[in-house]
Amino acid sequence: MTSDVVIVGAGIIGAACARALAASGMDVTVVDRGCVAGGTSSACEGNLLVSDKGPGDELVLAQYATALWRDTAAEITEQLHGVVPSVEFDAKGGLVVATTDDGAVALLAFAAAQRAAGVDARELDSAQARGLEPELSPETRVAVHYPQDAQVQPTIAAMALIASARNHGATVVENTPVIAGIRDSDGALAGVATAAGELRARYVLIAAGPWSGDVAAMLGLPLPVHPRRGELLVTTRMRHRVFHKVYDADYVGAVESDDDALQTSSVVESTASGTVLIGSSRQQIGFESGMRVDVLAQVAAKAIRLFPFLADASVMRSYGGFRPFMPDHLPVIGADPRLPGLWLATGHEGAGIGLSLATAELIRDLMQGNATGIDAAPFSPARASLAPYLVGAA
Amino acid sequence: MAPGLLPWRTDPIGPAEPTPLTITLDGVPVSGLVGQSLAGVILASGSVGFRRTSHDGRPRGVFCGIGVCYDCLVEVNGLRDVRACQRRAEGGDVVVTQHDPPPNLAEPQS
Repeated sequence: MTSDVVIVGAGIIGAACARALAASGMDVTVVDRGCVAGGTSSACEGNLLVSDKGPGDELVLAQYATALWRDTAAEITEQLHGVVPSVEFDAKGGLVVATTDDGAVALLAFAAAQRAAGVDARELDSAQARGLEPELSPETRVAVHYPQDAQVQPTIAAMALIASARNHGATVVENTPVIAGIRDSDGALAGVATAAGELRARYVLIAAGPWSGDVAAMLGLPLPVHPRRGELLVTTRMRHRVFHKVYDADYVGAVESDDDALQTSSVVESTASGTVLIGSSRQQIGFESGMRVDVLAQVAAKAIRLFPFLADASVMRSYGGFRPFMPDHLPVIGADPRLPGLWLATGHEGAGIGLSLATAELIRDLMQGNATGIDAAPFSPARASLAPYLVGAA
Repeated sequence: MAPGLLPWRTDPIGPAEPTPLTITLDGVPVSGLVGQSLAGVILASGSVGFRRTSHDGRPRGVFCGIGVCYDCLVEVNGLRDVRACQRRAEGGDVVVTQHDPPPNLAEPQS
């Protein structure tokens, strides 16, 4: 079987790339060792955030993605009505809350820098914040409202993007592990070998989230994508009492940190069904997936600090997932200079759902030699900050 | 007799003669038997979808029946969010169905 592109990974990134490439007329095959959205994309929150990003390249990518989500959500909802459930796109906005004076100073400075970079970030005093979120702790010093923050149901979003890609002619091969790369006589990558036979293609795009390093290693190349575990709690359903995505101001620090040790901060939101999602943690513990009560206890305690009423809430379940962590905190998007034919779209850490659509447009435009919507150089596999990690064999 | 209830005399399990009780469901008297869960009483009365989802208003009721899914939540004697499948019915229980409206976002004040 021969395609223009084989995409390894049917999570949100692979799904978005498949849709963008197939819609532009390319012949696309997506292969996954499991099922669509079987990894990180079904073990996260579905965040589409600008609020947690300071000025810089990732923010530019997030702003690009934010502009794409509203139209794309509407488009796939209309195209796939009755085929895939609603992706639950909700531009509910985010509210970042400082409960200490030090936190307030840091938060307002961060928001001012974001505003200078074009983010809609509105300072609120305690009373205004509690006007938006009546159950918020009276300890609230200041808050910043980010009307651009939104969410989708991430599993359904990935499924919908895959369904849309199929409508554009893409082929999806599930439950089929990739076992090796195929090289042509010049040494360029010419496809992948799988347990079910060869998938030949001009380009191979690795979009395997935290497992991307394993896929690259199968092709003989090192790629520094590492799993970072995040844990969440889900309450039983209740009357809707949380109206935005609400974070404590520590969240930004935890996301941007390099620290291997456990970090938690509070991210609280209610879902369409009336449950409350409570996150989140970041911990580098490899692919260790056991339940960690100590982590969940910290997450719960911080959530109660934001919303005291949660002290009486019942927890229905918890879940965790692995975020594809990069040592230089930027996703890697583009052609890999080490091996002709190899392309990368991975390393989005906890922001992959949101960044997926922008990543897909960059991949499409780069692959076809067109002008990109934003400068793609900062995300290039050839960037200087990544060079030390890409030398040698895997 | 509730329409969905197996008559005790022909129940193959052969229970002892049950003791009736009466609860109210949204103000309407509903008869059940001592020992039934509230979910059992409500289901036997013929009401399957007694809760509505917030956004689309779709019916929900007893899905798992073992306390896991939280789809059968009702208000009991003024206490919200009680799992009907986990609550033994008591004569005189006042059960009210719950339909939680979706959040209505106000514009920010800033």
